[in-house]
Amino acid sequence: MPLDLYLNVAVGGILTGLVYGLMALGLSVIFGVVRVVNFAHGEMMTIAMYIAITLFTAFHLDPMVMLVPVAAVLFAFGYVLQTRLINPFITRPDTSQFLLLVAVAIIIVNVLLIAFGPDARSVQTTYAFDSFQVGPLIVDATKVYAGVATFIVAAALFAFFRFTLIGKAIRACADNYTGALVVGLDVKHLYALTFGIGTACVGAAGVMMVMIVDVTPTLGPAYTLLAFVIVITGGLGSMLGALAGGVLIGLTEAMAGLVFSPSAKSMFSFAVLVLVLLFRPQGILGKRAA
Amino acid sequence: MIARLLDGVSRRTLLMLGALLIVLIAAPLFAGDYLLTVLILILYFAYIGQSWNIMMGFAGLLSLGHALYVGLGAYTAAALYVHFGVGPWFGLLAAVPVASLAGAFIGFLAFRFRVAGVYFAILTIAFAEFARVGFDHLGWTRGSAGLFLPVAQYAHNDLWNLRGHPAMFYYILLAATTLALIGCRALLRSRIGYFWLAIREDEEAARSAGIDVFRYKMIAVVISAGMTSFAGVIYAFYYNNLFPEQVFHILRSIEIILGPIVGGLGTLFGPILGAFILTGLSETLTAVLNALGVDIPGVKQVFYGVCLLLVITALPEGVWPWLRARIGLKERQP
Repeated sequence: MPLDLYLNVAVGGILTGLVYGLMALGLSVIFGVVRVVNFAHGEMMTIAMYIAITLFTAFHLDPMVMLVPVAAVLFAFGYVLQTRLINPFITRPDTSQFLLLVAVAIIIVNVLLIAFGPDARSVQTTYAFDSFQVGPLIVDATKVYAGVATFIVAAALFAFFRFTLIGKAIRACADNYTGALVVGLDVKHLYALTFGIGTACVGAAGVMMVMIVDVTPTLGPAYTLLAFVIVITGGLGSMLGALAGGVLIGLTEAMAGLVFSPSAKSMFSFAVLVLVLLFRPQGILGKRAA
Repeated sequence: MIARLLDGVSRRTLLMLGALLIVLIAAPLFAGDYLLTVLILILYFAYIGQSWNIMMGFAGLLSLGHALYVGLGAYTAAALYVHFGVGPWFGLLAAVPVASLAGAFIGFLAFRFRVAGVYFAILTIAFAEFARVGFDHLGWTRGSAGLFLPVAQYAHNDLWNLRGHPAMFYYILLAATTLALIGCRALLRSRIGYFWLAIREDEEAARSAGIDVFRYKMIAVVISAGMTSFAGVIYAFYYNNLFPEQVFHILRSIEIILGPIVGGLGTLFGPILGAFILTGLSETLTAVLNALGVDIPGVKQVFYGVCLLLVITALPEGVWPWLRARIGLKERQP
């Protein structure tokens, strides 16, 4: 096979991987601060996907235009979910939290199933088949837009956590829960904000994913798993790690799909996960826990 | 041995367990076909829940990939039967070692490299998913097209080849669940059991007290995986068809662990009670929705999710510890 083909597939994989990375970033932020494993992460992405599809079919809104509004809706969803449901579970054991979010996931999947039916839906933008030619490479325009948007969202998030007061307060909660309480931070509110930011990330990723994949209500669990794989590969709690993990997994999937068979691609991302867990349990960019 | 098993069990507990067992033994005489399939499902989940509870409830190892052991058991026995005509009970002799070896492999990797907590859970998911996709592409077990066991009408129950009436499967599972309950009690009251609890509560403290943590965690995984694979063999011969997409799916793993968590983690009766509650709830919902003429896919699962939410919000320890106190069966702490 010609080298061009490999390169093209690799670039496509990397760009898709960036969107994966944004999705995983949401999970990483939530786990890093709230210490809750969001087992309904992929399901939350499908919510965003269906909002995007509904708006697209009704008003022909471009997904890129919907990015911010949908992320805002998902933020509100995450905020309310954290304050109403998850906060009382913060001090409970992992299994309790896990079960709570599994219940949330089951409800989301099936409410979507009732509302939209089991058929796959997709969004056809006017530029769906456009592409850019860079030297020997032909790159899907959609994936380029998605990749660029991911960079912007991620950069905004980094800036938020580094430079704003609220961002710093959230990092303080993550570093030292008791300390944050002692200095008078409203931890519950900050946790809810963080959860909202996490779900907003996955919401933004979902809006971009509708241009790349067909959507069914049962897509959720697979993406939840994918997000876990990416976050652990990249390093739990590391924001850059989530993006890097996303790119690595996106690339792995694309190459596995090309060289072997698309249906076997998740096997290879799990193989990457197993290797990372065994030889670098803190993830590619994670810091080793003390 | 028997004295040690019964030590600390009140007469009341024994009477109630005995009564329950008698009711369950007599149940097929009165239950219709539908109720019998529901009871089979309950016992199936009770048995696997009990096996899973050894890892999570006793040793504190959260496995989210128990579908792997069910699937390996099911596929090993079914493939041996289809390809070589090896009966299920001999198949079991291969299925248990295969699943135990897989468990040992995962355990060895995880515990050697100190992969723990959430990481361990994800590792177990990863292996189950790995197997799912792998079996999808494995020609020997017919890949994603599914492996089918020959089905024919049998005039009599063939216990040796596990061909026959559902009642036969019911009694096999009832026996297995009863033995698992007794076995777990025995384990919990043995040296190994105390070591497990010590590791669950505080691994570092256990290690400094001289417990070989690696060894006892490995024992937990191997026993749990081997026990679970037996349920897989029964699954294969009861349903007669196996699809990797179904057998190894993450949702199967989650189904397995809901029962023990709802029933009460680490308790002996929790997995059994949890299986009754969840399967009962699920089937009741189906019946009610049918009666109401509601036929929208997903409605039942939404109710199921909401009920689950209510149970865990109201009873964080699980239902059994709460119920046990209510009916006056507080076990004396050893």
